[in-house]
Amino acid sequence: MLEMNQIFKVFYEGTPDEKIALNRVNLSMKPGDFVTVIGSNGAGKSTLMNVISGKLTPDMGTVTIDGTNMTSLAEHKRASKIGRVFQDPMAGTAPAMTIEENLALAYNRTKTRTLAFGVTKKRRDFYREKLEMLHLGLENRLQAKVGLLSGGERQALSLLMATFTDPKILLLDEHTAALDPSRAELITNLTKEIVDKLGLTTLMVTHNMQQALDLGNRLIMMDKGQIIFTANEAEKRRLTVEKLLAEFQKIKGGGGLSDRSLLS
Amino acid sequence: MMTAMFGAMESGVIYAIMALGVYLSFRVLDFPDLTVDGSFVTGGAVASIMIVNGSDPFTATIAALFAGFLAGCATGILHTKGGINPLLSGILMMIALYSINLRIMGKPNVPLLAEETVMTKINTWFASEWSVLLFMLVLTLIIKFVTDLFLKTEVGLSLRAVGDNEGMVRSFSANTGWMKVLGLGLSNALVAFSGALVAQYNGFNDVGMGIGMIVIGLASVIIGEAVIGHSSIARATLAVVVGAILYRMIVTLALRIEFLDTGDMKLITAVIVIIALVLPKMLDRQKAAARKKKRLQQLGGSSHA
Repeated sequence: MLEMNQIFKVFYEGTPDEKIALNRVNLSMKPGDFVTVIGSNGAGKSTLMNVISGKLTPDMGTVTIDGTNMTSLAEHKRASKIGRVFQDPMAGTAPAMTIEENLALAYNRTKTRTLAFGVTKKRRDFYREKLEMLHLGLENRLQAKVGLLSGGERQALSLLMATFTDPKILLLDEHTAALDPSRAELITNLTKEIVDKLGLTTLMVTHNMQQALDLGNRLIMMDKGQIIFTANEAEKRRLTVEKLLAEFQKIKGGGGLSDRSLLS
Repeated sequence: MMTAMFGAMESGVIYAIMALGVYLSFRVLDFPDLTVDGSFVTGGAVASIMIVNGSDPFTATIAALFAGFLAGCATGILHTKGGINPLLSGILMMIALYSINLRIMGKPNVPLLAEETVMTKINTWFASEWSVLLFMLVLTLIIKFVTDLFLKTEVGLSLRAVGDNEGMVRSFSANTGWMKVLGLGLSNALVAFSGALVAQYNGFNDVGMGIGMIVIGLASVIIGEAVIGHSSIARATLAVVVGAILYRMIVTLALRIEFLDTGDMKLITAVIVIIALVLPKMLDRQKAAARKKKRLQQLGGSSHA
């Protein structure tokens, strides 16, 4: 479903600030794979996401999604195949528009936009039915402006909007990091529920190790622009936070106390 | 006094179409578009030259609409494809249009008094002093309703989302660049349409009549929002129309003050906009202070505030 081949990306090339964000990264995901990505700040996780979504173009290497080479395709052109939820709950929705209007925007992801009304009676029923999946009562507040919702509600709505048109790839970029623990748990559970139900191929970045272990069938750890550790389904099931940290220490050659505190 | 107010209503209704255009760029797209100063005259220029050369005034007015659309698209392309900042792309287009308008007109002022215009046609159809006002009111309201409906279509929704959260619409596969070009085109189409009608209403088109037009548009939007509110699209566009009429009335009243003359129009406009921007905030602050005081009294504590 997703093939990343020898992806190389460098920022500020030729200056003292030069930083290799991705160093010949290879990643292959089968349909239905749910890969969690962990790593300290600056490891290249977000760059990896941005290269897949098309926000960034890699300097080298190819990105193939669903059999099509999309390496240099503009972000909005490949967005029909990619659903994305951002860390910032404000980023995934339009605050001045109503819940149903936001859903209408998301509904059009895979279609050409026309001069037909975005919200019709039939579609409103469809939106309501989808909102019920969130168990937040949003189905009764279709005409409420999204700016009035709480961060957790907005993030749940973002998740729904990113998934309800069956994307080929779902990108979750620390999507629970800005929420309080109980809201984060709610979104984590919703993520599990929705991904399972739709069988979505998912890539999730997180700083929460427990979450990285609880969700998904594969795990990768990144550091300094490279994938330094991978766990397949069987290996991942045996992993614990302690083992993961030990693994990290081993690869880093010990002494990475600051990294340890960042990761836990 | 009554005739002056009547005139203010008439021109207010015509300027309301321009204000709706400014609403599209300034509020919906969140793009402060100064092209308006130029495209307003472009509309008048295209229509007046076509009329002078014997074209049907309605055809000429529609042609002005398309000319404005092109001008707006040009600004949009400067911004999205050329990567020029929004304010500067508008200013560049405004200054370029000044020369283009002179080229279209051939001279700085094109008189239309002896020509058959939309206004003279309306007056021959319905011989009443109300005819122009009513016709223009109906036309403006039709444009308002069409705008309302458009902003609820799939294209309209993504246009609004571009102004609200651009990154998000892009992740839902909308081409935000072209959306902006389209939005600015539509905005300036309305502005030029209004310019064409204003030229015919005044009986001439002058190359300088667009100066400060953006501020008048903003004044209409802001005054309207202060009076009517903007909780929904239909309400916001109604506010713009009402705001444009109110603005004309305020200016007419201001001009009746002895020591002010027509040359002070732009100053009056600037003062009105400043008041409309500052006053609501001051009132809000005062209300908040009053609420705080009341709460403190209710708590029975000695007031520290």
